Amino acid sequence: MSDKVLLDYGSGGRASQRLISELFLKYLGNDELNRLNDAAELSVSGRVAMSTDSFTVDPIFFPGGNIGSLAVHGTVNDVAMMGAIPRYITCAYIIEEGLPMDDLERIVSAMGEAVKTAGVTVVSGDTKVVPKGAVDKIFINTTGIGDIIVDPAPSGDAARSGDAVLISGTIGDHGLTVLGTREGLDFEAKVESDSAALNHLLVKLVRELPEVHVLRDPTRGGLATTLNEITTSSNVCCELDENSIPVKPEVKGGCSILGLDPLYLANEGKFLCVLPEAHAEKALEIMRADPLGKDACRIGTMTDANPGKVVMLTQLGGKRLLGMLEGEQLPRIC
Amino acid sequence: MSLEFLQKFRDPDMCRKILDKMESELDRDLRFMEVCGTHTVAIFQSGLRSLLPERIVHLSGPGCPVCVTHESEVNAFLDLAGRAGIIMATFGDLMRVPGDGGRNLKKATADGARVKVVYSPFDTLKLAKENPGDLVIFIGVGFETTAPTIAATMKMAREQGVDNLRILCFHKTVPPALDALLSDEAINIDGFILPGHVSAIIGVKPYDFIAEKYSKSAVVTGFEPLDILQSLMQMIDWRKKGEAHVVNNYTRIVGANGNQKALEIMYEVFEPADALWRGIGLIPGSGLEIRPEWEQFDAKKEFGIVIKDCPPLKGCKCGDILKGIKQPNECPLFGKACTPANPVGPCMVSTEGSCAAYYKYKLD
Repeated sequence: MSDKVLLDYGSGGRASQRLISELFLKYLGNDELNRLNDAAELSVSGRVAMSTDSFTVDPIFFPGGNIGSLAVHGTVNDVAMMGAIPRYITCAYIIEEGLPMDDLERIVSAMGEAVKTAGVTVVSGDTKVVPKGAVDKIFINTTGIGDIIVDPAPSGDAARSGDAVLISGTIGDHGLTVLGTREGLDFEAKVESDSAALNHLLVKLVRELPEVHVLRDPTRGGLATTLNEITTSSNVCCELDENSIPVKPEVKGGCSILGLDPLYLANEGKFLCVLPEAHAEKALEIMRADPLGKDACRIGTMTDANPGKVVMLTQLGGKRLLGMLEGEQLPRIC
Repeated sequence: MSLEFLQKFRDPDMCRKILDKMESELDRDLRFMEVCGTHTVAIFQSGLRSLLPERIVHLSGPGCPVCVTHESEVNAFLDLAGRAGIIMATFGDLMRVPGDGGRNLKKATADGARVKVVYSPFDTLKLAKENPGDLVIFIGVGFETTAPTIAATMKMAREQGVDNLRILCFHKTVPPALDALLSDEAINIDGFILPGHVSAIIGVKPYDFIAEKYSKSAVVTGFEPLDILQSLMQMIDWRKKGEAHVVNNYTRIVGANGNQKALEIMYEVFEPADALWRGIGLIPGSGLEIRPEWEQFDAKKEFGIVIKDCPPLKGCKCGDILKGIKQPNECPLFGKACTPANPVGPCMVSTEGSCAAYYKYKLD
């Protein structure tokens, strides 16, 4: 194959076939995908969770992952947040002509590793190559499907007053890493994306505690925006304890230099869990037993004080509103 | 400065003690103005706003660079954005600032303008070198904090022979603005929380006139809750004793004489000039212009840009808010026609603007 992706590779002809067999099947192949039929034949019954997401991250490589692994983690996590076991995934690549073949291989290989770790099967895929400038290097869409194993499934509108609010670990790592890498910023201490597939931990959690009311991964918009979505849908108030929200010192430091708030930065390997108070300790125990949840802690409580709002109890004992992010966070003047 | 060290300035017990003392010693309303937008945000974000005695009337002053950028200045950079062969470089704050007809840099970008958000003025040098066929115009907005770095960037550009970088210089200086506020009889302020960042450059002496000319107190203050509370407590004590002082409480960052090297470089490249402040109007000697020796970098000269006063936006009370005459929620547009999603005035668009902070953080 050429050392760069050419328009030929998206032609549907021999070049496309070579790309698929020598690259995609090499890393993502399995009995179903290898048949290269127009569609996958799957055996699905009962209640299923299905989710789709497109990944356009810039830069495509960042400390802790790349767009390939991220495209798996993002969709697997979305399916798992429904109290489901993710089983199948599809992927569609839109590649800019001229992308180095080595870069594409690194991405597909990372995707292969990620599906293996998550235990999901890639059952269908698509590759398009578009003229230079039509996309920024590479975009990937993934769709996932899984079996829901709890009834009712966790849902954003199911939080109740009195519920405990838990987070599976530190926040802001992914968002700051991507921003720092994109802008070529050197932070004093290294920051790394937390991108990871959370499905095994989540399945363990909902199997033991099917009473979980809400599971959400605070991706774009971060913890603050996700909590606002939950309080709005459930018409409850979330009272957060500022002291207990875990943020790595290096993330705190980087944010303070750039004038960013870690509460609004994206995460890709963390989840929020809202469940009845009686199960909070057990949930934390389950989360902390897994490396992906080792820093899990309780950050707040749902109340009926200010329905639809997220209220921060500050370190000083004061109260303030924690609103939804308006647009993107931008670096400020001073 | 380590975060552990800063934690000492957030000690809840110490803060409580000062708050209790304040509560017992305040014998009348105290109207204090924090000049700097970062203080505004710090006061809300730490929850101090909800803990301060009700008799402390908290006013946000003209210390947010975005908020005081004049309508005519906004229109000037929006007019340049989108022209062929021009790349506008800016700090992120300016992207959503509305100009006439609801224009802003975000919309201009969507329409094809080349606008690059930078993290430091030095990034513009790299940008200019990477785009030799284009003119890179940096929107120089800000106070004494940012002006020296921009001056250093211009010096570096000259040394390196970079000839496609221009500066649209809208810099303003803080002391003349405070003088203008204090000389306005409609404005009633007991004391100022003076900006930490600006003071790190200019030092403390330029504020002496506040006590000497107007018999008011002012304290250069850091951004942690204890910094702010201690400064307020001092001003309460002085007022009770009938005294007025200007002191530096932020000695861990601010030296009495500021940063001489930064001032030297700033005045080597810029010279004082009159400037228009949004909502306030013309303040003599409150701006910085590029000196004639450096006019090769002057975008205003090259494009013949004239900054003219114009009537404020209908209904927008940003001017009264910047002057401490009105609180954000007293503006008829606040939270209705003017929200962070659709800001009418600059106090709502800037992350450090008083209206945006009020909207974002205030619970009731």
